[in-house]
Amino acid sequence: MSLSGLFLMVFLVVHLTVNCFLFAGADAFNTAANFMVTNPIIKVVEPILALGFIIHIAWSIVITIQNMRARPVGYNKLNQGKNSTFASRNMFVLGGLVLSFLAIHIANFYVKIKFTHEVGEAIVDGVAMHDTYTLVTNLFTVWWYVIIYVIGAIFLGFHLSHGFWSAFQTIGFSNDIWRKRLNNIGRAYAVIVAGGFALIPVYFHFVQ
Amino acid sequence: MNLKIKVWRQKNAKAKGGFETYDIKDVSPDSSFLEMLDILNEQLINEGKEPVAFDHDCREGICGMCSLFINGRAHGPDDDVTTCQLHMRKFKDGETVTIEPWRSGAFPVIKDLVVDRNAFEKIMHSGGFVSVNTGGVPDGNAILIPKEDADEAMDAAACIGCGACVATCKNSSAMLFVAAKVSQFAKLPQGKPEAARRARNMVAKMDELGFGGCTNTGACEAECPKGISISHIARLNREYLKAKIKE
Repeated sequence: MSLSGLFLMVFLVVHLTVNCFLFAGADAFNTAANFMVTNPIIKVVEPILALGFIIHIAWSIVITIQNMRARPVGYNKLNQGKNSTFASRNMFVLGGLVLSFLAIHIANFYVKIKFTHEVGEAIVDGVAMHDTYTLVTNLFTVWWYVIIYVIGAIFLGFHLSHGFWSAFQTIGFSNDIWRKRLNNIGRAYAVIVAGGFALIPVYFHFVQ
Repeated sequence: MNLKIKVWRQKNAKAKGGFETYDIKDVSPDSSFLEMLDILNEQLINEGKEPVAFDHDCREGICGMCSLFINGRAHGPDDDVTTCQLHMRKFKDGETVTIEPWRSGAFPVIKDLVVDRNAFEKIMHSGGFVSVNTGGVPDGNAILIPKEDADEAMDAAACIGCGACVATCKNSSAMLFVAAKVSQFAKLPQGKPEAARRARNMVAKMDELGFGGCTNTGACEAECPKGISISHIARLNREYLKAKIKE
């Protein structure tokens, strides 16, 4: 979980960085998106990324089943509010919610660009490329898509708020001092990533 | 104070258990939780009923024998104490107190609130020791150990093996217990020769006995009566990784 999780967290940073070009206008974002599509490194990384997701999801299912089996008879009264965070206790559920969002997200963009070709053409500096900028901005004119994307980002934020520190703890990179540091970095990372992804739909719905 | 005690009753390991509720009157707020159970048991004996079976021994918070999941928390509502060191002043007059045994597949219920914690012994047999050859007693200062390392080893060695970590963990994981037992030797030169074998064998035994995996919720540390830090779990993960690479 930890290694695949760390890998996916690096991906999220790259994803958000490319998304930030949306704020710089149509040409900047289309160029950035085109760079990602045509870059040979990305072509290699793309299947590895898919594999990262599959490993992360499949392994989470396996260990969740194992962990549930470890307590065949549950408690009548259970009070864990004080001893652990909500996110840490609900990583599998939060992950499932993020996965459902991911399915919608892939249908909105990846499928339209790669398979159904429901995307226009833009020409930037004489180079023809997909007009992904219009695809994004058109989607966020629909108010309920904005809500779905914001909620998806919130689920992701909670998932990351525990996942970041937890990944380092599992690979053994933590002690009493680094635990506080990693926890703070993890929370900041979760807020930046979730906030960044949530800001985009809100910005394009209300400002643009 | 007057209380309603809702307690798990189970005749034996094979019987199907259930909750029974008893009224108990005039309990002193200064009595310990186990003293309250003693009073309840005297009452039950006087009424010709079977007393509630529960584990206890030193009643000083150092033996690790008492257990009990009280009002949804291992060792009850107080922090950093075992059940025997929990006092009735932590409860409100008229309150219903729910008492359950530790719940884990690896800790089967023997009777009422008593569970079989032999799984911990089996983990210890698989590597929780230092092999010492017979011979003369070595000089006390022959091996120098930095104060910080000795302190950390002692913090880990504070584990009394009560099983609160397993009881409170949503995965019934024994990671904090195993981490404490690995960690108390990992920082000391005496533990070094067997370090790899110890980490590997104890983790393998834990998995074999049906304990769950660690998802780093930190609940174990919060409920541990000895306040053992989950940083020891990070050390166990390091030791285990090192051992696996060596393999």
